[in-house]
Amino acid sequence: MSDRRPTAVRPGQERFVAPLEETPLAAVDAVDEQAPPTSQWADAWRQLRRRPLFIVSSLIILLLVVVSLFPSWFTSVDPRFADLSRSLEGPADGHPLGFTQQGTDVYARLVHGARASVSVGIVATLLVLVVGGTIGALAGFFGGWLDAVLSRLADVFFAIPLLLGGIILMQMLDTRNSLTVALTLSVFGWPQVARIMRGSVLQVKTQEYVTAAKSLGLSRAKTLVRHVVPNALGPVIVVATISLGTFIAAEATLSFLSIGLPPNIVSWGGDISRAQATLRTDPWVLLWPAAGLSLTVLSFLMLGDALRDALDPKGRTR
Amino acid sequence: MSAPTTGGATAPLLQVRDLHVDFSSGGRSVHAVRGADLTVYPGQTVAIVGESGSGKSTTAQAVIGLLPGNGKVVRGEVLFDGKDIAHASKREFVGLRGKHIGLVPQDPMSNLNPVWTIGFQVREALAANGLATGRAAKQRAAELLAEAGLSDADRRLKQYPHEFSGGMRQRALIAIGLASRPRLLIADEPTSALDVTVQRQILDHLDGLTEKLGTAVLLITHDLGLAAERAEHLVVMYKGQVVESGPALQILQDPQHPYTQRLVSAAPSLASRRLESSAPRAQVAEHAHRAHEAAVAGSSVGVEETPDVIEVENLTKVFTLRGAGPRGEKLTAVDDVSFAVRRGTTTAVVGESGSGKSTVAQMVLNLLPATSGTVRFDGVDITTLDRRQQFDFRRRVQPIFQNPYGSLDPSFSIYRTVEEPLRVHGIGDAASREARVRDLLDKVALPAATIRRYPNELSGGQRQRVAIARALALQPEVVVCDEAVSALDVLVQGQILTLLNDLQAELGLTYLFITHDLAVVRQIADDVVVMEKGRLVEAASTERVFAAPEQAYTRALLDAIPGGRIELGR
Repeated sequence: MSDRRPTAVRPGQERFVAPLEETPLAAVDAVDEQAPPTSQWADAWRQLRRRPLFIVSSLIILLLVVVSLFPSWFTSVDPRFADLSRSLEGPADGHPLGFTQQGTDVYARLVHGARASVSVGIVATLLVLVVGGTIGALAGFFGGWLDAVLSRLADVFFAIPLLLGGIILMQMLDTRNSLTVALTLSVFGWPQVARIMRGSVLQVKTQEYVTAAKSLGLSRAKTLVRHVVPNALGPVIVVATISLGTFIAAEATLSFLSIGLPPNIVSWGGDISRAQATLRTDPWVLLWPAAGLSLTVLSFLMLGDALRDALDPKGRTR
Repeated sequence: MSAPTTGGATAPLLQVRDLHVDFSSGGRSVHAVRGADLTVYPGQTVAIVGESGSGKSTTAQAVIGLLPGNGKVVRGEVLFDGKDIAHASKREFVGLRGKHIGLVPQDPMSNLNPVWTIGFQVREALAANGLATGRAAKQRAAELLAEAGLSDADRRLKQYPHEFSGGMRQRALIAIGLASRPRLLIADEPTSALDVTVQRQILDHLDGLTEKLGTAVLLITHDLGLAAERAEHLVVMYKGQVVESGPALQILQDPQHPYTQRLVSAAPSLASRRLESSAPRAQVAEHAHRAHEAAVAGSSVGVEETPDVIEVENLTKVFTLRGAGPRGEKLTAVDDVSFAVRRGTTTAVVGESGSGKSTVAQMVLNLLPATSGTVRFDGVDITTLDRRQQFDFRRRVQPIFQNPYGSLDPSFSIYRTVEEPLRVHGIGDAASREARVRDLLDKVALPAATIRRYPNELSGGQRQRVAIARALALQPEVVVCDEAVSALDVLVQGQILTLLNDLQAELGLTYLFITHDLAVVRQIADDVVVMEKGRLVEAASTERVFAAPEQAYTRALLDAIPGGRIELGR
């Protein structure tokens, strides 16, 4: 009702009403009953399966898992059978990648070494997910003194570098196998997951559906399990996938330093360690386990990246 | 840019002709704007009105070259001062923006950089357009802030955004938008994040300023009343198309397109009345009595039936900010508030941000302990409940929250969401619960197909219906609606209010309705409690408050309703 409104209508501003047939009116707030129902996980999946990054990395990982479960499908040669007379020989019939210094088959060791890497990686990741996830969720949800205690505890472990801690702890252990290596790595790996979980829970717990659950009379513990954790899990899964790669690399490093897996377990880290003696003359002996290791770590990092795009929209680069 | 076209008032400043904008997302392209036309003359205010998703902001973004990366002008032209800028290069837009076309963005909270002082940000706008640098810029910045209505401008220049209130930030943004005296100012929902009284002050000021400077304003708003009050020419958009345009008053009083007619009739303003109930009020009271009888059976709390279902007495809430203990800073959010809610009626608690209205709601829901005072539900003080009584209390008092995107668990299907209350309270077996969920969805007018869906597939209004169904699952007597319709488009808001009103009549519900919007109060409430800064200002029946407000603050609130004094065509 401003007084500067002119009375004359200027060109281009005449009264215009669009014909109804060109601008059909829909019912207010109608539900599209045709669309198929999708959950947020289904949405994430639909987005993922179109990404080349996801397809390539998950195919490699699938292959790795099959190789580590059924190495005999890929080679019938015993990786521990040493024929010193064939030391450092090149590729031969039935031995496509040649022989190591000890005369063992490089290809067979490559195939059998996958199991050690993959199993240590998966077990360590599951452990940090359970331990770190639980501690992070409790700290974030209940807050107060519990948060203070758990967060400081996590800080203490976080301050110790994964490898340094691993080296010290492994030296103190009498038995060395996949499980003890995984346990050692998870002792120093859980704080990262706990931190991410805590942050994610802090964010989710202020949502109104959490207040709504409280107003329904749902107990705090049940609210945490049913409403908070499932919605806080996305970023944690991303971090866990990426740290799976880190754990595999750490296991190889420990084995390389010969304080990880013992020599009787075939592992890429151990093979790299032994091949370094002949690196100048016969580099391929080192190249193959190193390539296997790099490819594995890389695929988990790529998978983590792809998952981040689908599950954690905040970290999206595009 | 060339000198202003000669001919002055007769040549349009901005002409948008047959504008088409597409967004590509995930391989598909979405037509956000389809053939929009509009004309703005120098010094004129033109408003684009539409609901969310109507393409009104996209049109404005296309004009100023700020379309998001996946958006593209596919057809049509945008003539600014006679020159087509629809496909102008980035460099050309940099020359245009700020200097010739200013922008006042929507959200004052996120549009100022928190690490720089206000003064730095105003000076930056001056320097970027080559207007002033150094000492001259400092002085000019102070003048601009004073002009935008910020008192004590010299001191304000040295302050950071977090030291400003929402209204002050928006004034600073207006100062930045007008810093280089642009000939066109695009104001995209400039005040929708602000309280009504602040909104009024800011728009009045913007009006005066642009009139003095001769700036044309393209106002983007969802509020038809506000648009009609501020603009000479209206453009109504719906699903990317212009459905109607013309002189503001004509459109308001004689809407032609069915969509505009819908908008006009749904626009909440002072002219609107309380929604009619599907049942006479006396019958509603009877239903409320029966609802109480039903709820009391087997309940450990509030068996007595009182005429006032909720009585709030001397309620006070003090929050301790920053550091516990006696030295912590104290904030009295709710200060000695008393009121009562009659059974089977709606009581609205109205106030601006910081009035303590939501804190009252939290205490009535027993989600937040009161510092002092009591809340009685059916005659029982809810602060004294034991665990079991508390559980029974939860069954009888349920909330509906504001944010339709936050109030439903995204990992729960609609079925699980509505079923959860029944499951938690151990009501019925699987089959009877499913029947109950279907019945509830039917009550809130959602098709049965929704049952298997997830919240992310539903619109804001549909989610709010699900939240209502969840709240009603336990057959509560009292429903506390905390800004339950504030986030919704006006048509959807009207629909939800009608639904709530019908459900009240059918089920004998009592509502405690927390809102900042007096126009909504008029439509749904029987009694009103007005709050300001934690204190109760006025409490009376809706009729009395609207016809003869006793307090100056209530009058100011009523006056600030946009478009309140325009006679609408109905």
